[in-house]
Amino acid sequence: MKDDNKSYPIIFIGIAFLLLFISMVSYICIYAIKNERVMFDNSYNAHQQLLKTQNTRGTIYSNDGQILAKTVTDANGNETREYPFGKVFSHVVGFSVNGRSGIENLANYYLINSNATLKSKAEAKENELKFPGDNVYTTLDVDLQETAFEALSAHKGAIIVTDVKTGKVLALVSKPDFDPATILNDWEDITSDENNTQLLNRVSQGLYPPGSTFKILTSLEYYKEFGEDYLDYRYNCNGKFVSGNDTIKCFHGESHGALDFQTSFAKSCNSSYANIALQLDRAKFGKTLDELMFNADLPWDMNYSSSTATCDENLSDGDTMQLGIGQGATTVTPLHMNLITMAIANDGLLMKPYFLEKVVTEDGKVLENFKPSEYKTLMTKDESYFLKNMMEKVVTVGTASRLKGLSYSAAGKTGSAEFKDSTSDSHAWFTGYAPAEDPQIAVTIIVENAGSGGEYAVPIAKRVFDCYFKKSGE
Amino acid sequence: MAVYAFFSFLVFIYKGERRRRWIYFLQTVSLFATQFACFIQIIAQTGSKRYFFLLMIQSLVLISTISLFRLVYPDGNRLIINNMCMLLMVGMIMITRISYGKGIRQFLIACASIVIAFIIPEIIFRMAFLERGGWIFAGIGIAVLAILLIYGSVANGSKINFRIAGLSFQPQELVKLIFVFFIASILSRKKDFKTVVLVSVIAAMHVIILVFLKDLGSALLFFVVYICMLFVATNQPLYMIAGLGAGTAASVIAYRLFPHIQQRVAAWSDPWIDIDATGYQITQSLFAISGGGLWGLGLYGGTPTSIPYVEEDFMFAAIAEELGIVFASCLVAVCMSTFLMILLEGYKIKSIFGRLLCVGMGVMYIFQVFLTIGGDSKFIPLTGVTLPLVSYGGTSVMVTIIMFAFVEGECLVRTDERYQEYLKRKREKMNERR
Repeated sequence: MKDDNKSYPIIFIGIAFLLLFISMVSYICIYAIKNERVMFDNSYNAHQQLLKTQNTRGTIYSNDGQILAKTVTDANGNETREYPFGKVFSHVVGFSVNGRSGIENLANYYLINSNATLKSKAEAKENELKFPGDNVYTTLDVDLQETAFEALSAHKGAIIVTDVKTGKVLALVSKPDFDPATILNDWEDITSDENNTQLLNRVSQGLYPPGSTFKILTSLEYYKEFGEDYLDYRYNCNGKFVSGNDTIKCFHGESHGALDFQTSFAKSCNSSYANIALQLDRAKFGKTLDELMFNADLPWDMNYSSSTATCDENLSDGDTMQLGIGQGATTVTPLHMNLITMAIANDGLLMKPYFLEKVVTEDGKVLENFKPSEYKTLMTKDESYFLKNMMEKVVTVGTASRLKGLSYSAAGKTGSAEFKDSTSDSHAWFTGYAPAEDPQIAVTIIVENAGSGGEYAVPIAKRVFDCYFKKSGE
Repeated sequence: MAVYAFFSFLVFIYKGERRRRWIYFLQTVSLFATQFACFIQIIAQTGSKRYFFLLMIQSLVLISTISLFRLVYPDGNRLIINNMCMLLMVGMIMITRISYGKGIRQFLIACASIVIAFIIPEIIFRMAFLERGGWIFAGIGIAVLAILLIYGSVANGSKINFRIAGLSFQPQELVKLIFVFFIASILSRKKDFKTVVLVSVIAAMHVIILVFLKDLGSALLFFVVYICMLFVATNQPLYMIAGLGAGTAASVIAYRLFPHIQQRVAAWSDPWIDIDATGYQITQSLFAISGGGLWGLGLYGGTPTSIPYVEEDFMFAAIAEELGIVFASCLVAVCMSTFLMILLEGYKIKSIFGRLLCVGMGVMYIFQVFLTIGGDSKFIPLTGVTLPLVSYGGTSVMVTIIMFAFVEGECLVRTDERYQEYLKRKREKMNERR
């Protein structure tokens, strides 16, 4: 009789629901806690507005503790965000009204929260003030940033300076720029005009033809396929290279005469590189480009555009030649070029670029300390030595001779990217690092519509390097 | 709250109501401690005295509910009553915080329902006709829903409210009760294949009408309740599997046919795409749940009103935001313990009608909890059902309280069964001695 009364379905239902609820509650807890930061930064989240009424936005500091952005409250409780350096840091520090950009956006979570001690919170409450938000120390270097800002002067263009061993972003300039303090008033002007690119961060969002800087990649592929045989490469340049109906001309029709592989690179001979490009295995080249983050995501915490460079066995001879010298459909951001340079300078290992050094409460307690992190090995040590060697030659015997004979030794590659077919107008490129023997920083520069890289971009690089080594020499 | 939740599971370890008495006492203490703490916070934040009076009246009502129940029905299950009071209390605090007027109204309805609930166990104990009313219940249920369907096609709304004397009234909540009675009464007497088919057809009719009423949550609820009751009644896993299979097939067909279902599923799978429109509610709910952190922002510290219909469909999110995930999880644990206790009562009872009634009510309750919390947290698509007892909604609160009262009634039946058995055995022994 007892057995008759037992009901297994009830036990089953009970256990089924119990399991269902346990899984649901654990799902909720994990999901909510894991995504807290992401959801917080969503502009639809009302918590932000709530915190804004409770806390004063924190301060952004440079790497040596200079104020880059600070909220000042007047006697009536009105808040204004002040940027002591004006336009100098406009793109990298960004703005925090009408949406956010730059570090103001990246570090928003920290700036808007307050982890001040109870004591200082109580003090603030007593004085009817808001709680002080947490402060952020960045990796940015004021001297380098100012030097880069001034060196670019009135040109349109972009400069990025990074520490190759850690991935710290030391300076980032993009012009045209804006004044973050008055952006609210300028907003209408800036956004009403479609051709206005003041808000575009050219370092990470500007897509340019890479021009001769792309020869770094063409060379890398050649080395991958032919190894030490590159030493036997010979080419005689007469100013142009013809294959079928396609002709590649050297910059300004210059003929470079007899060249080996390294001098082709150093003198940036287009004809020789068109010749080299045709010898490459196109499918393998395409794979190498993908490995170097073309047509893919970049390790970058702000808005960016993906570079495009495609190569496969169906690519025509003409397009392959164009690709080999970084023209045609190929586009790249200065950021991407800088990442590749960083990897070369750091024995092939790319460190993830980052902006935030540490988060500190108003009372000086360190909440979070950000450490350098490895992103990916882009090439072997051997390959990076090969490229380093070539890039040093660019300075000693090639197009970047303005960097020769200084207290430090630099290395790099220039580029003069033609962006219109008919005219000789070109963007001036330089990407390189220094010191050559033990690389510390990587600099990438593009000056729009200026002329040749050797003439216009290299001097800017020199000023940046000068500034850096003057500082570290002190 | 955590203490309370802990005790509500500890109850299962101790058998017999008498030995559990000290747990119930501590439970009651922690209940009032929670209530008191919350009201202190409300008063501190608003600085209004009216909340103080509300606190007094509410504690008075809850105390009298708990103690009166013990006096009137010493054989009843006190865990269910305690849990019910706890959930009501949390719900009223949250609703009061969102809107004072609604909080008062919720409180009044709860009071009225509790009064009704006191009579119900007696009704079920005395009146056996409920057990035999099977087809009549089916008729009433279908009729109510059909009227809703016709009325709804005129009024063009998904949630139909009848306004009676200023109080809005949702008939489908009432149908939930009738539905459980209908299945319990029929399947407790006959479970041959023909009856099963017939009952299934009528149950399916309920579900289909609800789908047409665009009340997906209730439709799913009815379906699951029916499957579980059928399983318990027949003891046949085959029915369950067949039922689940049919349910899956029906859902797929419904998904193809109805655009509003597709919309719900799309909003669930990726609410971020259409954050302005279809995804708005769910993303705001997620913001709330994650924004609260472990211990919550404190009452009045969050922004629960940014979620549309927060006091009805998104109570869980509001609680998680202001009282913390830990609190919210404990709340879920309390719901779970209530459910398990109802099942346990159903397991122990001998009358098949009583057992089915308990299972039906229990599943009806817990699955509704599952639908609303799962919907709030993007665990399952949003269906728009309320969190029983906690959410604002007069009919829902009343029906749930009455549901629990029926279960209590079945407890009485069970105690009576045992008593009768005891008497029988005694008589037998006496006979033997003679």
